[in-house]
Amino acid sequence: MSESLLINICIVILFLPLLGFTTVVLLGKRIPKLYLFEVAILGIALLLSIIVAYVKLSFYNTKDIVAAFTWITMGNAPSPGAISIELGFKIDNITVLMLFVVNLISFLVHVFSIEYMRGDKLYTRYFAYLGIFTFSMLGIVLTHNLLMMYIFWELVGLSSYLLIGFWFEKKSASDAAKKAFIVNRIGDIGMFAGILILFTQYKTFTFDVIYQQIAAGNIPFGSNAWLTAAGILIFMGAVGKSAQFPLHVWLPDAMEGPTPVSALIHAATMVAAGVYLVVRIFVMLTADAMLVIAVIGAFTSLVAATIALTQNDIKKVLAYSTVSQLGYMVMSLGVGAYAFAFFHLITHAFFKACLFLGSGSVIHSMHHEQDIRNMGGLKKKMPVTYYTFLISTLAISGVPLFSGFLSKDGILAGTLAFGKLTGHWLIPIIGFTVAGLTAFYMFRLVILTFHGEPKDHHKYDHAHESPFVMAAPLVVLAALSIFIWYTPNPIGASDGWVLKNWIKTPTQVVPLETRYDFMKPSTEEAKAEVHGEVIHSVEYTETMHWAHYPAMFLSLAVAGLGILIAFMFYQWKKLNADKLAEKLKPLYNFSLNKWFLDELYDMTAIAGTLSFSSILAWFDNKIVDGIVNGSATVTRFVSRMSGWFDTFIVDGFVNFTAFFSGFVGLSFRRLQTGKVQTYIVFVIFAIIILLMFFKPF
Amino acid sequence: MLQVGLTHFLIVSAILFSLGIYGIVTRKNAVMVLMGIELVLNSANINFIAFSKYGNFGLSGQVIALFVIILAAAEAAIALAIVLNIYKTFSNVNVDEIDHLKE
Repeated sequence: MSESLLINICIVILFLPLLGFTTVVLLGKRIPKLYLFEVAILGIALLLSIIVAYVKLSFYNTKDIVAAFTWITMGNAPSPGAISIELGFKIDNITVLMLFVVNLISFLVHVFSIEYMRGDKLYTRYFAYLGIFTFSMLGIVLTHNLLMMYIFWELVGLSSYLLIGFWFEKKSASDAAKKAFIVNRIGDIGMFAGILILFTQYKTFTFDVIYQQIAAGNIPFGSNAWLTAAGILIFMGAVGKSAQFPLHVWLPDAMEGPTPVSALIHAATMVAAGVYLVVRIFVMLTADAMLVIAVIGAFTSLVAATIALTQNDIKKVLAYSTVSQLGYMVMSLGVGAYAFAFFHLITHAFFKACLFLGSGSVIHSMHHEQDIRNMGGLKKKMPVTYYTFLISTLAISGVPLFSGFLSKDGILAGTLAFGKLTGHWLIPIIGFTVAGLTAFYMFRLVILTFHGEPKDHHKYDHAHESPFVMAAPLVVLAALSIFIWYTPNPIGASDGWVLKNWIKTPTQVVPLETRYDFMKPSTEEAKAEVHGEVIHSVEYTETMHWAHYPAMFLSLAVAGLGILIAFMFYQWKKLNADKLAEKLKPLYNFSLNKWFLDELYDMTAIAGTLSFSSILAWFDNKIVDGIVNGSATVTRFVSRMSGWFDTFIVDGFVNFTAFFSGFVGLSFRRLQTGKVQTYIVFVIFAIIILLMFFKPF
Repeated sequence: MLQVGLTHFLIVSAILFSLGIYGIVTRKNAVMVLMGIELVLNSANINFIAFSKYGNFGLSGQVIALFVIILAAAEAAIALAIVLNIYKTFSNVNVDEIDHLKE
């Protein structure tokens, strides 16, 4: 398969969901079965993306395929100030992996939704929204420049707004949609500023050109600080989209959307977009920027994990778990464990989509009951849901033989190595703590939902296993949460084809002095390296090897501990959770109320904005209106003056002229008697007088 | 014996002219005013003839006098037509009362 064919297939993949969207939107009302068309389109897109991924990974493994065209040209190219803006695709291994993941999860969500959303008033429109959402996400994945990234980034924001607020008649849903949209805008401002910094310097949006320039020593405004700033600002976009602290607040609220939407948005697509963005800009991140990213990621994962401990809504637990895992990925990128971060993005996409769809299945059969305190014992009623949910839980908890263990273990080893090399020990400590917490709250969720005795018998009796179209996606996703797809070695991901052949850490392009020591390659080491690609120093490679086993045992230990405690509390009832909560009341409330962050934002940011707006309103009322009214008064005064002048001076003059003429006329009209004979007398006298004056004789 | 010369002609002409003017200015009847005008014209004619005879101008004076007579005839015709119209409009030909131009 030639490269151009590959590109063309990618274009088709990108626009298929858009085609689905327009068709369903335009014809959805007339042809009620049209949602099947949308699902079929996603099936085709999935098929094509599998082909693309296979071809790319097998035949063009080390080659990036770029296709671009010039969109806008200003000025003539060689002259300074000339700008040409390109749109185009860059298809590398990461792109095709993401294409596959996004299309697969989108397709499964479509299938799942057929049953889950049945009977909804806006059934067909729901599928249209899914289509436009998938389209936007694919655009982000395929782009080779920041501008297109930004455009599709905002499209994702829009379509997530539509999907989260799909049940907009519920106030909470429309509020959540607005919140998601606005919070994302805050991050996007930063991203926009970062893009502009780069664009000002390089007059291009294309990633590769920018990176070449940076590698050639051309940095924004000649200062490393600007480079750091650009990195952090673009990362702000990811903070918003990937729900990092302090902008993570929208994600839990976004659970107001339909559950399959949560699976789509919060597993593989929207939130992954942020991580994907950081992956794309990874090579231009300086050490300072990376440290900021690592700290934010670590803190986010800790905050979210502690909140997830006490939530009672099945979807809220998963939401905070998502935030926490995203924090993991971001932290991983921050500590330089690039490959593991992306690997975790993929594995997480599968098991988290499975968890969300599983929770959707539970909610569906419990007639929209979401409180886990009212569930229990569903294991017998819903075996398929239970086992797939369990597999995903094992994966997210980091139990060996499952995908989550591989990626998580890598991330933890990365943080450990980072701690050893730079002395930032807090980050690995947080990493391991969160791993333990994750295992605990996920098993708490499983035990409370599926084990034990049913608490609400009425709902329990009506519960039933979900039909095939809902169960099948669960099975597929659970299957993908098993290690065998990624590596033959269940305890070491590095030997697997994903990490060995597919995901390659790119070389940093930022100036050497702004990199971490362990990310500086040297020529000697380059020769020593087998694969020829040296990104890290030998020291780092050694430390990673050193960190591998401690990280593995530690993560196993904390995960086991977390699972054990969860069983102690909720399965065997050896410990009483309520009593502990009573004892640690302040801490418990702190976690239950989500660190009071929403309240904090209400009091600070929102109250601040409101009071600022009221100040502005006052300013508008008093100052601006005052100026307007004042100018009106002045104008009125001036016009009155000029009116007076007009009336008395101008009119006076005119009237005087008229009066004078009239007066003169009156005086002269006496002479005009109208009698011809009088005139003749005048003429005669005049002639006589003239003759006397001009004596001709 | 008194020789009849240029001076006598001019005196007659002046008297005639004065009579004409007097008629024009004092008569109320428009027709009488017209007659005064004829007198003035004829006094001018006498002057032309007299200067033609005693002056050194050839026959120019006599020719012009002929012109004046023709002109006077035309003038009388038009003026009488006007007077007739005035009479139709105002029912009289008293020039003192026809002063509407004043207004």
